[in-house]
Amino acid sequence: MKLLTGNHLTEGHVIWWTGDGWSRHVEQAVDVGDKAEQILQVETAACRVNNGYAVEAEAGPRGPVPSHIKERIRATGPTVRPDLALQPADKSAGSYVI
Amino acid sequence: MYRYDQFDQAIVDARVEEFRDQVARRIAGEMTDDQFKPLRLKNGLYLQLHAYMLRVAVPYGTMDSRQMRVLADIARTYDRGYGHFTTRQNLQFNWIKLEDTPDILAKLAGVQMHAIQTSGESIRNISADQFAGAAADEVCDPRPWAELIRQFTTFHPEFSYLPRKFKIGLTASDNDRAAIKLHDVGLQVLRDADGQFGFRVYVGGGMGRTPFVAHLVRDFLPATAICSYLEAILRVWNRNGRRDNIHKQRIKILVHDLGAEEFTRQVEAEFAAIQPLGDDIPLAEYDRIAAYFVAPPFEQGLSDELDLSDPRFAAWVERQVHAHKQPGYAIATISLKPIGGIPGDVTAEQMELLADLAEQYSFDELRPTHAQNIALPHVRKADLYTIWQQLDAAGLGTANLDWISEMIVCPGLDYCSLANARSIPVGQKIAERFADPARQADVGELKLKISGCINACGHHHVGHIGILGVDRKGTENFQLLLGGSGAEDASLAKIVGPGFNEDGVVDAVERAVEKYREIRNPGERFLDTYRRVGVEPFKEAIYG
Repeated sequence: MKLLTGNHLTEGHVIWWTGDGWSRHVEQAVDVGDKAEQILQVETAACRVNNGYAVEAEAGPRGPVPSHIKERIRATGPTVRPDLALQPADKSAGSYVI
Repeated sequence: MYRYDQFDQAIVDARVEEFRDQVARRIAGEMTDDQFKPLRLKNGLYLQLHAYMLRVAVPYGTMDSRQMRVLADIARTYDRGYGHFTTRQNLQFNWIKLEDTPDILAKLAGVQMHAIQTSGESIRNISADQFAGAAADEVCDPRPWAELIRQFTTFHPEFSYLPRKFKIGLTASDNDRAAIKLHDVGLQVLRDADGQFGFRVYVGGGMGRTPFVAHLVRDFLPATAICSYLEAILRVWNRNGRRDNIHKQRIKILVHDLGAEEFTRQVEAEFAAIQPLGDDIPLAEYDRIAAYFVAPPFEQGLSDELDLSDPRFAAWVERQVHAHKQPGYAIATISLKPIGGIPGDVTAEQMELLADLAEQYSFDELRPTHAQNIALPHVRKADLYTIWQQLDAAGLGTANLDWISEMIVCPGLDYCSLANARSIPVGQKIAERFADPARQADVGELKLKISGCINACGHHHVGHIGILGVDRKGTENFQLLLGGSGAEDASLAKIVGPGFNEDGVVDAVERAVEKYREIRNPGERFLDTYRRVGVEPFKEAIYG
């Protein structure tokens, strides 16, 4: 599946497309299929996302999991500072970065 | 230390307000990201893996307590309570919001700091020997020259559209603590037989994907001609440097392609044409700048004796304290590499302690080092024990300078959008493997440097042992290199063989170190043994 991600324009944090908006939690992201460009055009023009792009992901038990380690680290935070990691919306999700 | 005059302050203040307007226009949607990106980069604002990152310049690695306290305040108010000292003596904040950036820059401007030319195709912050003005082995304090070059190059119209970034390193000692031969231009201040100051000039060094040790282009350039000579170098590069391939545009590629001899010929010809135009800054201007760098009022007649009865303090002194030019004084380097910590990271509270110590004990000076530590340049030996006690209580009392656990490590894939692999966890595992001080002491000087990608911010090319993280089909892989040096005996490390996973490279480092211990001659460092015996014995030990 394909997810759409980028950064919040003013806050800078990582965000994921949920179908009707953006969330910080990757597990709430949806498969955008071949609609990535179309969605990005609208959302970028409206300044709701910065530096947007599509990434590959696989379905996990609690939602999509990005395929590449770089995107998994983006989704949660630096692996060396778990105290700064983004807590998942589902607190039982645990870490799946590595 | 240099103080802004009205022109410096006006320039920096105006730049803050200009950026404030640009940020407002971007947030209002009046500029696209493509339009805004080069503007934010000109003000040190990157978009990294998790957030915006702001890189603050610390010109030639000199700062005071007031500046450090403002950095602590920014860390606490606008970031997540910490900052990261880089391998170019700068400081990075990792969690900055775009809308806060103009206010942050205004706070920095209030203490004569900025983020200008910490990014983009510009002349970057000049690196200098962190012991400048204090070292017993220097011919003079090189920082007035660094400041003069900074003023000459900042916003210079001829250098506003360079092919790529351009880095200058400066020292005034034969013991190169600033890695000058790994810079686009490396400068060593010398004195000739008549006592006149001049520069030995190296050009074309650098790391990244195509590493080179710089070539000597001038053995002695009269110091007052430095601006014309730099202009000649930049002009030859501007004229002939490639602009069609970002990976081939640094000056080192031009020097390599032309050959050092032809490059030097062109520079000398350009210099001969420029110098008579009288563009060099007059000596009176140098004297004006140098007046800001006069030696502090050292006490006379102090004792050099130290009470080393506390063994932990004695171990710290042995590792972290260097000779000062003034009797009774010393240079103390504070390791930002506690075992298991993140190299270069400092909390806001630690920054405040460093500021307090500098203000109270080091004539209000702090020196970030290119090895991601902080030096207190002018400390009375009699105060060292008190300083160490306070550092130790704050987790800053580690004694490991130039040992294997005192490594340079880039932020890697934990923070950096360019990285392919995480470098910090590898560094932490190696530091933990070698945590025993007795074992490290036995190994002796061993400079380990880790980069998370080919851009080499972690200086892996010049590590006695270097580690390069790469992406192998979506998996982190680590290549091991041996034999590099960033010091006066500069050399580039060579890849030993196939790469490893994270645990594998830690084991490989240990096998290389144990091989060294087995075959070393008395007094040999790891690097010396490697240079004597070559790679084969190490390769055999590592791969079996």
